[in-house]
Amino acid sequence: MEVNWDPMNATGKIGVLRKDFSYYLWVGVFFLCLGGLIAGLYYSTKQIDYVWRWYRVPQYFFFEDTVDVRAEIEGTVAAINPADGGKSVTVKNDSGISESYFVPGGDVRVSEGDYIYPADVLGTSKKWKAGLLLQGLWMTLKISVIATFFGMIIGLFGGLFRISSNPALKWAAITYIEIIRGSPLLVQIFIWYFVLGTLFNTLLAHAGLPEIPDLWYGTASLACFAGAYVAEIVRAGIQSIHRGQTEAARSLGMNYLQGMYHVILPQALRRIIPPLAGQFISLIKDSSLLGIIAIRELTKATREVVTTSLQPFEMWFICALLYLVLTFSLSMLTQYLERRMLVS
Amino acid sequence: MIDVTDINKTFFVPHKVKALVGVSTKIAAGEVVVVIGPSGSGKSTFLRCLNHLEAADSGHILIDGVDILDRKTNINKVRAEVGMVFQSFNLFPHKTVLENITLAQRVVRKRDKAAAREKAMTLLKKVGIHDKANAYPDNLSGGQQQRVAIARALAMDPKVMLFDEPTSALDPEMIGEVLDVMKTLAREGMTMVVVTHEMGFAREVADRVIFMDEGAIVEVGTPEHFFKNPTHDRTKLFLSQIL
Repeated sequence: MEVNWDPMNATGKIGVLRKDFSYYLWVGVFFLCLGGLIAGLYYSTKQIDYVWRWYRVPQYFFFEDTVDVRAEIEGTVAAINPADGGKSVTVKNDSGISESYFVPGGDVRVSEGDYIYPADVLGTSKKWKAGLLLQGLWMTLKISVIATFFGMIIGLFGGLFRISSNPALKWAAITYIEIIRGSPLLVQIFIWYFVLGTLFNTLLAHAGLPEIPDLWYGTASLACFAGAYVAEIVRAGIQSIHRGQTEAARSLGMNYLQGMYHVILPQALRRIIPPLAGQFISLIKDSSLLGIIAIRELTKATREVVTTSLQPFEMWFICALLYLVLTFSLSMLTQYLERRMLVS
Repeated sequence: MIDVTDINKTFFVPHKVKALVGVSTKIAAGEVVVVIGPSGSGKSTFLRCLNHLEAADSGHILIDGVDILDRKTNINKVRAEVGMVFQSFNLFPHKTVLENITLAQRVVRKRDKAAAREKAMTLLKKVGIHDKANAYPDNLSGGQQQRVAIARALAMDPKVMLFDEPTSALDPEMIGEVLDVMKTLAREGMTMVVVTHEMGFAREVADRVIFMDEGAIVEVGTPEHFFKNPTHDRTKLFLSQIL
């Protein structure tokens, strides 16, 4: 191919170069602003003599716990023998009864012949445990996953009922959606916990059955709350599919459910992935309200950590960051799903 | 095959329109009937009443002896015997051409995968696009999509085929390929009811032409009668406008 000098093209290239320069300039401005904001915040905290102690954070994720091995009987230490992965302490009392205690790691604090009483420490061992923040994160994750699952199911049926021609189903769906969307989540959580929770647990107690744990009332309130919004999203998704699709399915002899399942829902689902993702990201964030009914999720855990560590600034930033990890993962996951569905 | 007696249909949304007024006709097995008329004359509504996509308000529609306006009739069973081709194709965009044709065979006719696939491939060969079996509808031209839609309807082994302006949404150069497929079907003895503006097709293929206006059948006749010496003034006016 022949290469020609094309003045139009040349100016075009200069345009690209200039655009590139200003592009990097504004990228620089962005990072400058971001850095300035952080520096400003740090400077202000110095003004009020706040001491940043980031090194105190990791212990609330993982910490090494000391576990004491205590005697349960009174007597003399008869023998200390090496055992698999530690040492075994044998205590013998006056009536000839002997008991053995295993000390993992072998950090024994008594000697042979010592006279000991019940609850005396025979030895200690160290063990890594999950800290409060990690426990809270896990609880938030658990609640979110369960509530998302049930919210999805409630929403799917809520949406289908909402567009049903059967007035019982349709009006039930409308009532549910309007009530849930029209009242604050906090109030709904209180109703689930103080009204429905008390009601169910008392009735269960009358029937001689065990109580349902608080966690489930909290999760139910979130699932029902999200379900109402998901129902509207599902309804909009189904209604956005052209009427001709239903007509084509029905004209081939499929019944309502077959047409819905094979033709309408697969198409609607693709369209509603972005708004659904937004809804479930909201759900993760809304789970922070459950702390008020004594469920120790991430926010409640952070409050407790703040009280013990006395480092509120670090802890609340970490808390926000952990929520961001959850929500960002979810939005990445949905973007992946969207791309995969576009390909097929 | 099809026996329509005095059906009426009124739409109330967006405003009150009498779409069909006392329409009666009989269509015999193997007959090709072309329905023509100005827009808003009720010809599409008539066609959609035949497979109950629109429910006629009164009257009787017997398909193969079954009254589809009877509440006790299982309409899905009747629809499986009545193929329909739409103006806007209405292929399922999330399924490949092959899946479009096998879906209803599997779900409604309960055919096994291999049988449905074989049927689909035979029909795709017949309409001349078997090399596109694994393409998605969006990647086909309008003419190709409409031929897939015809194959999809034929896969159910229907006794009647309804065509609702099958070439109206097509670019002019693609109309021919779709009409060719329809002509082949007519020659093979398929019972067909076709709503169209293609007068050439009506003249060449139709056994009978029905002219509708304002929800009623104005004139019925053979193509020769219809195009050479129509009797009604309304028919003459319509033909003078389009020919």
